Amino acid sequence: MAASTRSRRQRYERRQRWQSGGVAAASTVLVVGLVVLLVPRLSGWESVRRSFFDGDAFRAVFPDLVGPFWYDVQIFLWCAPCIVAVGLLVAMARNIRAPALYPLRLLAVVYTDIVRGIPVILWITLRGFGVPGVLQTREWYGGFIIWGSLALVVTYSAYTAEVFRSGIESIHESQRAAARSLGLSSGQTMRTVILPQAVRRVVPPSMNLLVSLQKDVALISILGPVEALRRAGIENARTFNFTPYVAAAVLFLCVSIPLTRLTDYLLARDRRRMTGTAVA
Amino acid sequence: MTGGSPAVTLQLEQVVKEFGAHRVLDHIDLDVGRGEVIALIGASGSGKSTLLRCVNLLEPIDDGRILLDGDDISAPGRDPDPVRRRIGMVFQSFNLFPHLTVVDNVALGPRKVLRQPKCPAGEAAMALLERLGLAEKATSYPDRLSGGQQQRVAIARSLAMNPDVMLLDEITSALDPELVGEVLDVVRELRHAGMTMLLATHEMAFAKEISDRVCFLDGGRIAESGPPAAIFEAPQEERTQRFLQRVIDAGRL
Repeated sequence: MAASTRSRRQRYERRQRWQSGGVAAASTVLVVGLVVLLVPRLSGWESVRRSFFDGDAFRAVFPDLVGPFWYDVQIFLWCAPCIVAVGLLVAMARNIRAPALYPLRLLAVVYTDIVRGIPVILWITLRGFGVPGVLQTREWYGGFIIWGSLALVVTYSAYTAEVFRSGIESIHESQRAAARSLGLSSGQTMRTVILPQAVRRVVPPSMNLLVSLQKDVALISILGPVEALRRAGIENARTFNFTPYVAAAVLFLCVSIPLTRLTDYLLARDRRRMTGTAVA
Repeated sequence: MTGGSPAVTLQLEQVVKEFGAHRVLDHIDLDVGRGEVIALIGASGSGKSTLLRCVNLLEPIDDGRILLDGDDISAPGRDPDPVRRRIGMVFQSFNLFPHLTVVDNVALGPRKVLRQPKCPAGEAAMALLERLGLAEKATSYPDRLSGGQQQRVAIARSLAMNPDVMLLDEITSALDPELVGEVLDVVRELRHAGMTMLLATHEMAFAKEISDRVCFLDGGRIAESGPPAAIFEAPQEERTQRFLQRVIDAGRL
């Protein structure tokens, strides 16, 4: 009797799963089909397609963009760790309680307030053109890239610091009490108990910032280096076609989407390991 | 350690603690002898937890003194860390570190505070876990353990520092009834081993069984104290009688 109820329930649940899977597939096919069928029928679609999605132009320009895009990736790769380090330091500085170090705390507050209020492109212009202009040099330390990257680091560190700080403050006071009651100093408590938990909590919002940084690297193009965006601009100026920009956009997506998926995967794995359950 | 005399380990002298205008501890005097087990009982908000937090210097006191082996640990400006090394504390809500495995939770204090090398500290932690019947959970994370197991790990974490005194702050209050026993067994074992303990509890039967002395707190004062038999069977103070009557009515004694 019990067994038959059980198998009936299982049959019912299996049917339900199949049904919802079927409905999801059917509605997706319907919507995608409608888009594919109807959009090309819109008036003006042909000119849109020619300007933005020209297959020949895409194939012609894509290989030329990969090299310059690698330049973007490099800038991203050296900026990201610097931003994490500086952001963490600023977040810690804002939590300092020692009176002698009060100026440091004040500086951290002023820094985040000012930097976050100014557009990234303004920072890049100010440093990228301003500093080499003042230095009057063509040596490496007069390079646009150095100062452009620095502008990115300075801006993004301010945002990252706030994310870290909110993570630190989200750890319950009882964790601090438990650590201090063992005799850990406040520094040790921060390093071994608070930060490891805080950092895990802020991984999703900081990844958000990293993805954002990966795109804002293109802003350095205003300083002159030929990275992907500038390269696409050159092609656009030559052919009056916008497909090169779309090609550049595809390249950026090729990095940012896997980056997001990778973080999701790492976080889910971490959560599974610690709790034994994964709530999707 | 102090040689011969029945040394008093922990002394509270006229301790006052205020939160704003609210006086939580009102001139508390309490002596805890070496190896003695003292149970603090009283209604919620009577100051039991605050008293324990003050002893561990998690809360600064407003007046009076707290002495550990005759040494004023509550003196303003004193570094609390060396004192806390000698006083273990176990919390109601366990407060295990969720990002560390059980064995790393237990070994954290010895490693960071006592600067023991990683491996010996880990082995000592394993030995402790084995003693508390938790050896097979050593590499699990706290979230995978039952409440009773988590609380036993928390006790092990405190014990790993080899404290002179243990403060137990309602350590069974967050547990399901069937898990209370395993935690109380550990406390019994500690008593057997001669550990000095100050415990706040709602488990009256347990307080009666385990303690040398029971202190009934009411409104931030020790209203009555004495051997458990005297307090539970023949309370002198009217307040104590009323409190115990309420406990009996609730079926908790």
